[in-house]
Amino acid sequence: MKATCYAGRNTVEVLDVPEPRILNAHDAVVRVTSTAICGSDLHLIDGYVPTVKKGDVIGHEFMGEVVEVGPEVANLSPGDRVVVPFPIACGRCFACAEGLYSICENSNPNAGMAEKLMGHAPAGIFGYSHMLGGFAGGQAEYARVPFADVGPIKIEDDLPDEKVLFLSDILPTAYMGAEMCDIQPGQTIAVWGAGPVGQLAVACAYLLGAGEVICVDRHPYRLDYARRAGARTLNYEQVDVLDALRDLTGGRGPDACIDAVGMEAHDPVPAMYGYDRIKQALRLESDRPYALREAIMACRNGGVVSVVGVYGGLVDKFPMGSLMNRSLTLRTGQCHVQRYMRPLLERIRAGEIDPSFVVSHRFPLREAAHGFQLFKDKQDDCNKVVLTP
Amino acid sequence: MSTKSDILARALGWVSLALGAAQLTAPRTVSRLSGVDDSRLAPTAVRIMGIRELMHAAVLLGSRRPAPWTWSRVAGDAMELALLGRAAAARTGRRRRRAVAATAAVSGITALDLAAALYASGPRGRRPMRLRASITVNRPREEVYAFWRDLENLPAFMLHLESVRAMGERRSRWRARSPLTDVEWEAEILDERPGELIAWESARGSMVTTSGSVRFADGPAGLGTVVHVTLDYRVPGGTVGTAVARMFGEHPEQQVRDDLRRFKQIMETGEVLVSEGSPEGVRALRQLRQRPAQPVGSPS
Repeated sequence: MKATCYAGRNTVEVLDVPEPRILNAHDAVVRVTSTAICGSDLHLIDGYVPTVKKGDVIGHEFMGEVVEVGPEVANLSPGDRVVVPFPIACGRCFACAEGLYSICENSNPNAGMAEKLMGHAPAGIFGYSHMLGGFAGGQAEYARVPFADVGPIKIEDDLPDEKVLFLSDILPTAYMGAEMCDIQPGQTIAVWGAGPVGQLAVACAYLLGAGEVICVDRHPYRLDYARRAGARTLNYEQVDVLDALRDLTGGRGPDACIDAVGMEAHDPVPAMYGYDRIKQALRLESDRPYALREAIMACRNGGVVSVVGVYGGLVDKFPMGSLMNRSLTLRTGQCHVQRYMRPLLERIRAGEIDPSFVVSHRFPLREAAHGFQLFKDKQDDCNKVVLTP
Repeated sequence: MSTKSDILARALGWVSLALGAAQLTAPRTVSRLSGVDDSRLAPTAVRIMGIRELMHAAVLLGSRRPAPWTWSRVAGDAMELALLGRAAAARTGRRRRRAVAATAAVSGITALDLAAALYASGPRGRRPMRLRASITVNRPREEVYAFWRDLENLPAFMLHLESVRAMGERRSRWRARSPLTDVEWEAEILDERPGELIAWESARGSMVTTSGSVRFADGPAGLGTVVHVTLDYRVPGGTVGTAVARMFGEHPEQQVRDDLRRFKQIMETGEVLVSEGSPEGVRALRQLRQRPAQPVGSPS
């Protein structure tokens, strides 16, 4: 079968690989009908996620039709249409019992590797490095889904793929980003990054009662998407973000700030950008945290900084003094997708949110490399790429 | 924790560093003092000795438990004494006197090295390797205890074990893979308290000397079971064997932690999860050399 494989830094190839089969009793095999390229896949192909190997099948946003189930999977049968959450979770450990699926204690066979870098190991993730499990990803014709009795959600009506596909990652991620802000009615929320997660975070913040959402980015077409979701926008290449946010919030700063950028942020000050870019290239720091630094500096006293952008390792020049002295709360995590799929599917059914507005490009799977190119280089106003095997 | 022999070994490491530095930076002075400055090869030979000394320094100063490495210095001393002995025999006069004096000095250091090495290998130095690990399992204590007490279950999560066969209530026969060869031994349960403790030891005369205990306690707020494991091993090849195993990626500490993780998986989910990176299961070694995360095709 065809699958998108990591082929070295900045390169992906669609290769012929074996078709998956059941390896564990809780597995299912899914014939993928739609899969998407995620912004976090760019960190991976840019070479900033440790322990990615050439030949790894990537992709963690996918849905499809169940074709085979293991003996312990009672809730699914062949023919069921499912969306698969990107973190793999057993549903039985202490973390899963608490609803913290992305830190499942049983789903990362390579926990020892992650422990060395992070102290303790998070859950396994589809197609996202060996440190996070060494699982084959979902940008393929078929995918093996471990703990299929826990993760996948059945779609039993005729909602089109594009309306439900993003339940696999970006919609719950955006929702959790907004939820962690503890939004009180009428509050002002600022979102760094007008990528698909940032755009959906704007929509979710309004769903959760925000009075105004301000979105920061530098690509005009992406800011247009955010505006369509209802945001007031700031282009950080044109305005000083801290000043602008002060002006917009009566001098106080936003009540909560969402970092939907992560470890490959850009800085309009060339010296700062150069400093971090060089350190990152020399592997002296793994992450460039401008968005995070700015989100902390911008947040009002006592506010919340909610981080859903992906970080891989170490950051430098972290404004801990600002965070501590101003009683800020830092909340973060890979999304506990399993927790949000059902309620968000209800909201989609009820017409409260339709995440399909983020899609800008559709390609057959065999053109994945082209899709990655457009998405990475922001060509042709590329916002979100959906691939169909 | 440093023992006396570790402190002595580390001191010898500093001696190696000083000597090595002198030999590398001033080989001519060193050759003159050793009475071999008439040989054209001498400065090169002295430099090579200097590099050797620095290697000793590196292992002695870089190792957490340097004492056993003192043997490397003893071997180096023997080489140096042989060279100096030849040099003294072949020379006369002032050079011979210097060569003899250098030989005497090196002999003194050799005696010290040998003493340190022997001391480290004595009963004090031959302490077993002790491994400790803990994990919290989200299952009731009785159930967790019962699974472990059926020793034949151990190979399901201790990947280096090939098999454990119960031979009566307390005695069992264990078979394990090691990097060099398979090893077998018999073990005896010394103490057991249902739901609390299992302690065992290898039978006298076994190829492997090992003992261990596992304690079970209620988790915080009555949630699940905390499992504490302590293992003592005297591995074939002793400290050197362990060091070699470590070089090949078999970190014993990590192996025990991974074993416990698999134990937890079996207790909580009923099986050990595998991924495409290592479909046959994850030994510590396997985490270093994963196959690409591509689907595992049908067995042909």
